[in-house]
Amino acid sequence: MLHIVNKSPTERNALASCLAHAKAGHALLLIEDAVYVATAGGKAALAAAPAGLAVYVLSPDLQARGLGGKAAEGIKEVDYKGFVELVAAQPRVQSWL
Amino acid sequence: MSEGTVKKFMFVNRKAPYGSVYALESLEVVLITAAFDQDVSLAFLDDGVYQLVKGQDTKAVGMKNFSPTYRALEGYDIEKLYVERESLEARGLTEEQLLVDVQVLSQADMASLMAEQDVVLSF
Amino acid sequence: MKIAVLVNEGPYQHQSADTAWNFCKAAIEAGHEIQRVFFYHDGVNNATKLTEPPQDDRHIVNRWASLNKEHGVDLVVCVAAAMRRGIVEANLAEGFRISGLGQLVESGIQADRVVTFGD
Repeated sequence: MLHIVNKSPTERNALASCLAHAKAGHALLLIEDAVYVATAGGKAALAAAPAGLAVYVLSPDLQARGLGGKAAEGIKEVDYKGFVELVAAQPRVQSWL
Repeated sequence: MSEGTVKKFMFVNRKAPYGSVYALESLEVVLITAAFDQDVSLAFLDDGVYQLVKGQDTKAVGMKNFSPTYRALEGYDIEKLYVERESLEARGLTEEQLLVDVQVLSQADMASLMAEQDVVLSF
Repeated sequence: MKIAVLVNEGPYQHQSADTAWNFCKAAIEAGHEIQRVFFYHDGVNNATKLTEPPQDDRHIVNRWASLNKEHGVDLVVCVAAAMRRGIVEANLAEGFRISGLGQLVESGIQADRVVTFGD
């Protein structure tokens, strides 16, 4: 399962709810206003992530918000092409709206 | 094509009713999906559990009260309504306060159920 | 791979229409098929031809239309959601068509993946 979160955890509970339901082997992609989570300052919000959850961030959204190149360690940056690859690699997709 | 294909569709409801249109329009998709003979389940978690609270009365706000539709789902052969226990508890709700028969699941069981689906739609 | 896309928000107000379009473009470039883009909720507002953004802004409606023109992507607007919001044949942009929610369910059945973009 590819989980997609698009809101900052200080605005919505989408990330918290996603992490509570994600499992090992799943992937999480942070897009739009969720990319703040992918930085050193925001990463604490991922503390509840299950072991074995791969975390990605959409780099165009980081760049747009002045965070280009600031993805925290352990979080992989992908562009839209990488987003598509994640969708193809995981058997299904869940957007946490 | 996929004539005869039966997929597991799960509709994930995480938003309260009336403040936005998502709950109502989600229900409209559910009803259509039933006509396609798919394996449909509805999951209510987070503020989505508020959609099922008894006693909704929209007269004074002038909006359509769509809550009776949840009770009509059975007539469309949609009988898998799952509510997350942790979400109820966090909101001080009990199963008795819900307007329809549901299966209350732990968060862990809900997570496993989500992971078994073919199509997960959340609005 | 056949990928279906669901867009639940209107243009400009939220980023979802932009992200969805960038995703579709990348998927097509990678050789995948966008089986359908289905516009629901306020997403139906992506389909009005009355849209006129300032010249220095992107034209979200035309961008969608180009996916249809150049790649034959099926752009479907939910009729019930559209009628609620005043989107009808008379103001429907080129490249889009209005149809029922059954088209979304059909996408779920036919496509290998459904990716939802919303708020």
